[in-house]
Amino acid sequence: MTAVPREGTQTPTTAAPDNARSGLEPHILVEKALRVAIPAGMLILVILVWQRYVTVNEVPHYILPSPVRVAEAFASDWPVLIGALWVTLQITLTALAAALVTGVLLAILMTQSRWIELAISPYAVTLQVTPVIAIAPLILIYTPNTATALLICAWIVAFFPILSNTTQGLKSTDHNLLNLFELYGASRWQTLLFLRLPSALPYFLAGLRIAGGLALIAAVVAEFAAGTAGAGSGLAFRILESGYRLNIPRLFAALVLLSVTGVVIYGATSFVSYLLLRKWHESAIKREN
Amino acid sequence: MNDPRTGDATAPLVSIRDVCKVFSNGTVALKDMSLDIAPCSFVSLLGPSGCGKSTALRIVAGLGEATSGDIVWPASGDERPELGFVFQEPTLMPWATVFDNVWLPMRLKGRRRADVRDEIMTALATVGLDQFSDAYPRELSGGMKMRVSIARALVTRPKLLLMDEPFAALDEITRFRLNNDLLQLWERFEWTVIFVTHSVFESVYLSQRIVVMASRPGRVVEELTVDAPYPRNEDFRTSPLYGEQCRRVSSALHDAMEANAA
Repeated sequence: MTAVPREGTQTPTTAAPDNARSGLEPHILVEKALRVAIPAGMLILVILVWQRYVTVNEVPHYILPSPVRVAEAFASDWPVLIGALWVTLQITLTALAAALVTGVLLAILMTQSRWIELAISPYAVTLQVTPVIAIAPLILIYTPNTATALLICAWIVAFFPILSNTTQGLKSTDHNLLNLFELYGASRWQTLLFLRLPSALPYFLAGLRIAGGLALIAAVVAEFAAGTAGAGSGLAFRILESGYRLNIPRLFAALVLLSVTGVVIYGATSFVSYLLLRKWHESAIKREN
Repeated sequence: MNDPRTGDATAPLVSIRDVCKVFSNGTVALKDMSLDIAPCSFVSLLGPSGCGKSTALRIVAGLGEATSGDIVWPASGDERPELGFVFQEPTLMPWATVFDNVWLPMRLKGRRRADVRDEIMTALATVGLDQFSDAYPRELSGGMKMRVSIARALVTRPKLLLMDEPFAALDEITRFRLNNDLLQLWERFEWTVIFVTHSVFESVYLSQRIVVMASRPGRVVEELTVDAPYPRNEDFRTSPLYGEQCRRVSSALHDAMEANAA
């Protein structure tokens, strides 16, 4: 908070947080401003062209609603949409958490013994290559309620990238460091904790970023397959319902919400990755030369 | 340096006896190697790549078993003493700070960070890196990384230091400086050093004894003594005596490789 007034007096906008810092070359400031201005300008341009196209060609709103109508749908259907988003988000995040725990544990188990790997990996691969939408009907029959079925579907899809990436990471430990640990009489447990897991971290985090997006996709796909209706339904059902009722503005609003959610999940996992790797891993370090 | 209760003061620290190493693909990496190394001596294993010098060092360290033959420790009652090992690469954990990298050997023995703080800082000061304890390995130059690696090897106060071409990847200026530092540390701590290298000049500068090895199969062909007093420094590096010793070792190495080609 202490730094805010000094900067705030000069630049109340959010575009250039570093303006107040002295010693910055003007062209760096321009570049920073452009970095925000270009994507924002592009977005405004797309929306303007879209609005203009709809009004000029008098496109009916049940075919392609104007951005204004989509915004109106957002405002009026907000309670319905936010409720649906909450349901989808709960399934996505629970599935992701479950995938994280099971993926890492299985990866550790598989790298401890070649026999365990031989026993488990064919099933993991089979589960991954079979389209989740094809297994969904079976899962719906076997589970007591739809929420559990959706959770399982999202978990199946999200868990594989974490498993395969973490396994790869655990196997890629520097051989010299392994020798060093052996030389100093490290136990299996110490080698795992102090060496294998930290060196697998970048691989795991890459898997997590993929899994975050896939969990959301799988949650939506599974909901389409389940075709749930009523109070406890997620964004996928709202999209289907809006389509049947030709309420296209609401469909667009739901779609935008879904995309934004996906982007936020990706951003969050990327940020976690950055925080954990920024000190030491090449992927998170700014190159200067 | 020798523990009078368990060992003989005149006995070698380590004795390599008829050691053979055959890899699973049938390559004979080492054939009938025998070598006694006296306590507090500085011995270099010199030879072309593939002569088994690194393999011998690893077997002494206990990394990989010999196919036949024994490693015995007469001076310490046949118990492997505390070892330090320096690899060709610095082999640091990139996610850990310099301090934590040096802490590693003690951490693996269950020593808490706070309890060994002074010992770690002393080790870092010894190699001149106490200002960099919070830095990450990627922030250091190649020579500094190697110093961290040496600090990690000496923090456990080893009796025997095994070095596997530790300075081969460094530039010459850095290598010369680390050579001098290593000699100073050796005289100060009275270590026994087994130093693997393929550089005639480096082996002559550092060692009391040079064991010349040849390849296919890896074996010892000649042993030479470097008759030059310590402390050695830059004056020694430019002295006629140094040139003469280098010529002698160089021709021994040449003979070893000739014998192989014939």
